[in-house]
Amino acid sequence: MADKAAELAKLEQIQAEALKVLADVAEEDALEAWRVAFLGRSSPVMAVFSSMKTMDQALRPVMGQAANKVRQALEAALAEKQDILKDEALVKALQTEQLDVTMPGRPVERGRLHPLTQVLRQITRIFGDMGFQVYRSPEVETDDYNFTYLNMPPYHPARDMWDTFYTKTDGVLLRTHTSPGQIRVMRERSPEPIRVILPGATMRYEQLSARSEIEFAQVEVLVVGEKVTFAELKGTLEDFARRLFGEEARTRLRPSHFPFTEPSAEMDVGCFVCGGKGCPVCKETGWLEILGCGMVHPVVLEYGGYDPAKYSGFAAGMGIDRSTLMRYRIDDIRHFRNNDIRFLRQF
Amino acid sequence: MKVPLTWLKDYVDLSDLDIETLAKVMTMVGLEVGEIRLVGLPLPPGELHEFKYTGLSWPADKFIVARVDEVMPHPNADRLVLCRLNDGQEEIVVLTGAPNLYDYKGKGPLEQPLKVAYAREGSTLYDGHEPGHQLTTLKRMKIRGVESFSMICSEKELGISEAHEGVIILDDDAPTGMPLVDYMGDAVLDVDTLPNMVRDASVIGMAREIAAALGKTLQMPDATLEMKGPQLEGRAKIEIIDPELNSRFMLGLIEGAAQKPSPYWVRRRLNLSGMRPINALVDATNYVMLELGEPLHAFDYDILVNRAGGKVPTIITRTAKAGEKLTTLDGVEYELDPEMELVTDSAGALSLAGIMGGEESEINENTVNVLLEGASWNFINIRKTVSRLKINSEAAYRFSRGIHPALADLGVRLCLKRMREWAGGEIAEGLMDNYPNPPEDPVVELSATWVNDSLGTEIPAREIAGILECLEFECRVDGDLITVKTPPHRLDVHDGLIGRADLLEEVSRIYGYDKIPSRPLNQPLPPQRISQGMALEETVRDLLVNLGLQELIAYRMTSPEREARRFPPEYDGAWEEYLEIQNPITVERRVMRRSILATLLETLEYNYTFSPRLAVFEIGPVFHPVQGQQLPDEKMMLSIGMTGLREKPSWKNDAPEVLDFYDLKGVIEGLLAGLHVEGICYQAAQHPSLHPGKTAQVCIGGKVVGVMGELHPLVKANYELGDAPVYVAEFDLVKLLESARILFDVEPVPSYPPVFEDLAVVVDEAVTAADIEEVIRQGGGEYLAKVQMFDIFRGPQVGEGKKSLAFSLTYIAPDRTLTDKEVLKLRNKIVHLLGEKLNAELRS
Ligand SMILES: [Zn+2]
Repeated sequence: MADKAAELAKLEQIQAEALKVLADVAEEDALEAWRVAFLGRSSPVMAVFSSMKTMDQALRPVMGQAANKVRQALEAALAEKQDILKDEALVKALQTEQLDVTMPGRPVERGRLHPLTQVLRQITRIFGDMGFQVYRSPEVETDDYNFTYLNMPPYHPARDMWDTFYTKTDGVLLRTHTSPGQIRVMRERSPEPIRVILPGATMRYEQLSARSEIEFAQVEVLVVGEKVTFAELKGTLEDFARRLFGEEARTRLRPSHFPFTEPSAEMDVGCFVCGGKGCPVCKETGWLEILGCGMVHPVVLEYGGYDPAKYSGFAAGMGIDRSTLMRYRIDDIRHFRNNDIRFLRQF
Repeated sequence: MKVPLTWLKDYVDLSDLDIETLAKVMTMVGLEVGEIRLVGLPLPPGELHEFKYTGLSWPADKFIVARVDEVMPHPNADRLVLCRLNDGQEEIVVLTGAPNLYDYKGKGPLEQPLKVAYAREGSTLYDGHEPGHQLTTLKRMKIRGVESFSMICSEKELGISEAHEGVIILDDDAPTGMPLVDYMGDAVLDVDTLPNMVRDASVIGMAREIAAALGKTLQMPDATLEMKGPQLEGRAKIEIIDPELNSRFMLGLIEGAAQKPSPYWVRRRLNLSGMRPINALVDATNYVMLELGEPLHAFDYDILVNRAGGKVPTIITRTAKAGEKLTTLDGVEYELDPEMELVTDSAGALSLAGIMGGEESEINENTVNVLLEGASWNFINIRKTVSRLKINSEAAYRFSRGIHPALADLGVRLCLKRMREWAGGEIAEGLMDNYPNPPEDPVVELSATWVNDSLGTEIPAREIAGILECLEFECRVDGDLITVKTPPHRLDVHDGLIGRADLLEEVSRIYGYDKIPSRPLNQPLPPQRISQGMALEETVRDLLVNLGLQELIAYRMTSPEREARRFPPEYDGAWEEYLEIQNPITVERRVMRRSILATLLETLEYNYTFSPRLAVFEIGPVFHPVQGQQLPDEKMMLSIGMTGLREKPSWKNDAPEVLDFYDLKGVIEGLLAGLHVEGICYQAAQHPSLHPGKTAQVCIGGKVVGVMGELHPLVKANYELGDAPVYVAEFDLVKLLESARILFDVEPVPSYPPVFEDLAVVVDEAVTAADIEEVIRQGGGEYLAKVQMFDIFRGPQVGEGKKSLAFSLTYIAPDRTLTDKEVLKLRNKIVHLLGEKLNAELRS
């Protein structure tokens, strides 16, 4: 029986020693070495199990139980130590792993819409909310649609307002404004009421400079119906200006002349660059001209197939390039069609 | 038109308005004021001004009307004189070098003292000897031993004109000691005249609008004539050949006029209005043109008599004869077309009617007898002549926009009166007036209800009539109905429905746009239409942007040479039919583009040095002339271009790979997937701009919708581009969008796990990935959910002329987990089919 007591004491000693060694273990590698030494195949505890077969029959259950207990205790201690080391490792990692957050990110190329498309979409959305639908008409037009049907017969003085590119095809020109679309949509829709916007490219014979372009984008607004009033023109365009330029935007309508509208007006918006104090952008006036508008001229209604005695309407036209130029304080209108990536990339 | 404030004040009382307020009133009735040049007057009060002010103010304590009593020689300098001057407070000796005072030098006290503009010490004015407008302040200094601290001013120094040689000599009645600003301080308003408001290209025209807007009365100038000369009748004749072209022709005669300058105030006004004073006779015609808007023409009567061989001259207005020539007063000889209207006499052409006088019959430095023409011309005829001869003048500007014939009479009277006042002489008794074609001034019936329905206002009929009466319309109000007669000074009002709109403009303009209420649109919503194409076009833009591409908008105008660069140099299909521009700004932009590809390549060329990666697209029309069709087809196209590095170099990847064919293909696959297009196939194809072995056409449902590939090396050599190959694609947008699906079936998310399997097959080089995929799909049947090629291998292991392609296959059954046995069976079927159809071997 002394043997038994000695064997049990030996096991206890193994456990005590193992736990003592474990207490000093501070790293994963050392813990693995400890596991091999005390719980590995050839560890003293495991040796007890492998010596079972040769052991005295009577001793076996006692020794087996005791060895099991030691093994469980060591395994529990190992698990506990593993957790501790993991926690410690995490704490250490959190303390030491630090990125230089100022280094640049991995480049991801973003695609972009052309600034004119972006602004046109904004305008389309605002008018869309008011029930206006988009109508598209040709960029190359006949003299009739571009001028005559818009109340500018040949040699009409108002034709001087538009410097025109003519083509070598008789009676065909590059449209100087989106207004010919008014006639096209009217002829297509008469006698339905009309509420459309007509966006598109227009061309004018100008010398190219920072302020003047030969090609530019415009958007035309057209409402036709019975008893459309000037007051509605004013209300609609003021709402539009507030939504495009901000709730605080001041606007004014001042008399102007377009052959295809009468009365005609120019809409100015308070200069958003200087707030009205005067600056080079607004030419010291505090106002920026954003669109031309007016009540559709009876001749135009007539050409469009609407009886001017019964129908009326209003129309407006604005340059998208110009308003984009003003909004972003762009120094040169030619940037829009030169497509310099260094310019386009900023939008 | 530039209009001096003091001149406006002759016709309308503006004493209660500052310039800023006046300019606002003018702008709000349609006389848009651009810039205000101060010529003496102070800047209006207030911090915020809505107009740009330039020019010079003359403080009342510094700039004074003074009297020069004696001009004395300078002791040490011939070119300088000393003036004994009285500024109303004291006598001062002022040094000046003005040549126009030399005549008075050393003549002792002047019998008729000179009135001058005097600037005291400390005045700030323009430097008369520096170019441009440099400000300088008068300080005490010694010039050639004589003390100087103040000056007698030239026009340039005061900002009136560019003249700096002599000093201003004011009219004799200028009151000594009066602040100069009170005597002639002014401001010039630069007014932009609208094309339909040529009646307002005159001081009286503007004054009329201002008076109407302010509810004041217009004071017309007195035009009563003292006619003391002999009868005009019988001393000239008028013959009008075509009254359609010349509706009225009037003559007046003044005899014995002197050659002398106009009074200073007239010269100052002309200068401020941008016209150079010449002499009293010429100045009078220009003055009345600016004042009334009626251009007049003055002939030397003696020259006309001479041309008529001493007989009574006959003025004939007619169109030019073939080959007829005329040298105008600016010395230019014009060859005339037979439609051009002329004023002639028996000896030939005298002037281009309503445009410019001829050199010969012009008044000159010897003229004493002036025959004055006041006429009315057909504005379209004038416009045609002006545009044909590329000639312009103040007269042509006005006549080409339509001047009412009634103004001829008042114009002739005012001009004769001023000639006599400024140059002396006697006006011949009676005017000659040939008026074969007087216009009918339209009468329009206007209902107040209609006006208010149109404007959204509630203006009473009487008030509407009142507004129109301010503009000199004659109105008769009968309940709601106003009968309106157009005044005889404007041709822009029509009759009938158009006249109604013309009057609506007049009423709303003077009533004030700012007083018209703002209301939301109160109209029935029109039938809403579907515009699928335009909506999808925006979807395409969004998809391409999401795929990392930059949108472009390029010029439509280009040249055939620029477009030909997109083909190899020897390509003979390059010269296509273009829509040509008749008046291009440059040969570089003389046609409308037929392709977007060419401009897209130009953009890549322009940008490649700034950008290591370029991925761009444009959506827009191209223009194809069509036989028998007036307008060209405007075909919407989509063009894509990619070149350079796959990503920007960074510390993560300092040497990124260059973009290749499959990057472009990935973009196109992404685009087509986003449009939910079905039945897509890519086939090797040929395109003149593209590499013959690296080109695919994109077909949808068997129809070719676009082409993609690597730019042909010979085409690439046409552009200055980097080393990296360039990939481009071009789509017929309409065809592409026709195949887009708005509604598509959404597959259920699988409830059972998929089974994945890889399959590598060795095939001949000629077999395409698409061929293999098709066979795999045939074999896999309904359970084969996805086939994706993921690797390609060539080398000795697979043999010469062969390649190995690896595919990843995904099997799914909707109702159960597929067993290994089932999958094996499918795989065997696929392998068998591959062997049978493509002679493919499984790679171990
Ligand atoms: Zn501003």
